[in-house]
Amino acid sequence: MGLFDRFKTIREVHGAVKACGADPFGVKMDRIVSATEAVIEGRHTILCGSNNYLGLTFDADCVAAAQQATQDFGTGTTGSRIANGSYSCHKALETDLADFYGKKHCMVFTTGYQANLGAISTLVGPGDFVIIDADSHASIYDACKLGSATVIRFRHNDPVDLDKRLQRIANEPGNKLVVVEGIYSMLGDHAPLKEFVAVKKKHGAYLLVDEAHSMGVMGKTGRGLLEQEGVDEDIDFVTGTFSKSMGAIGGFLVSDHPDFEILRVACRPYMFTASMPPSLVASVRASLAKLRAHPELMVRLWRNVDTLYHGLEAAGFKLGRQKGPVVAVHINDPALAARAWHGLLQHGVYVNLALPPATPSGTALLRCSVCAAHSTEQLQRVTDVITKVGLELGLIADQSVRIAAAE
Amino acid sequence: MGTAAIQSSLAQTRDGIFVEIARLLERFRAGDTAITSETVIAEDLTMDSLQVMDLMMELEDRFDVSIPLNLVPEIATVGQLADTIYASKAGA
Repeated sequence: MGLFDRFKTIREVHGAVKACGADPFGVKMDRIVSATEAVIEGRHTILCGSNNYLGLTFDADCVAAAQQATQDFGTGTTGSRIANGSYSCHKALETDLADFYGKKHCMVFTTGYQANLGAISTLVGPGDFVIIDADSHASIYDACKLGSATVIRFRHNDPVDLDKRLQRIANEPGNKLVVVEGIYSMLGDHAPLKEFVAVKKKHGAYLLVDEAHSMGVMGKTGRGLLEQEGVDEDIDFVTGTFSKSMGAIGGFLVSDHPDFEILRVACRPYMFTASMPPSLVASVRASLAKLRAHPELMVRLWRNVDTLYHGLEAAGFKLGRQKGPVVAVHINDPALAARAWHGLLQHGVYVNLALPPATPSGTALLRCSVCAAHSTEQLQRVTDVITKVGLELGLIADQSVRIAAAE
Repeated sequence: MGTAAIQSSLAQTRDGIFVEIARLLERFRAGDTAITSETVIAEDLTMDSLQVMDLMMELEDRFDVSIPLNLVPEIATVGQLADTIYASKAGA
């Protein structure tokens, strides 16, 4: 058997997807014009699938901070924190984040993926249990593979199901770490966090919340779902990323746990990779400062969410159940979804195509993400284009037909 | 003994567990091929990796056991799956 033979199925599936006319997983952006616009195949295209929730990627202060840090500290750290040392800016970013979350400790990772990989694989070990939501992000599943704890999966966003599964291991002596996400990246729904807190308390488990898609998006000051639900104090560990609302790349873990600092010499995805470059540390610090000084950015974001969500809903699309900056248009047939995705691209609208098994319950999705910097006109254009393509492919019925059917 | 009680006690035996799993796997059967102890879950049935994980969840609830994800890669056949659940129940 050849080295790559076991990818036969993936190759076939990818080939079928590419038959829509382009490769949804290999889009080339010739030029990035702004936080909301790029040039793709010579066409000016509205970016509506970039997770750039606050639109800070071209913010003048963030760009200037990155430029200055490159001048002052160079282009890269060329090694890990334990080998090449922490730069003062790494420490400063950790202090900023700990302060933002009102927690005592913070560790910064080079990517959000590594933050989950490092935190989850290290916090629990042999004889311990990690209990994860069925719809968890790949970084959480991969963390479970890297670690040595026993892995239990519970039904998505279902505290009763979590309770039942924790009950089955109630007499096991190991530590129990429950992992949930603030906003789930595919369907855009969020965890019933208060209920999860009650269950974790009942069973004496620890709770880790990944706020990757909810930081800078939810809560009065942008800490995420835990702030919106008023359960900051009850969350033992928070992970997150700088690659969404913070407009850069990197990840973090914050906690009040008194023994937290030992992780710096025990957590392999922290120890054995080069640390964040100074430019990105600086731009993230500037983004965080911007969020703290201008929480109204989130008001703009949610106003935009309303525009897109209600626009697509009115057009007759089936969307994710909970409204948020991830707006997922459900399309049952993956081939049809790929054709729709390509149709949007040809009309200058970029969204993500998400296919099973990366999506829950076998649904294909046209996954849109809303940006605070989107203009109302841009979102109207996105709605119009998705509606036009949806009608052409028969994904939705003509408005007049639907009204007649309802009467 | 009532039907429910018979089914419940049958589910405690290795063979009873196998019968129940085979019943749950009916919807993933490829063509007319019968499900046996030797049926390879990932190859002989029409299931993707996500469906396999969801099946494990369903079986956890059906038999009130934990089937950790760590064990799943070691479970190749339907027979091994029945053995795993039986051992889990016996150990509980």
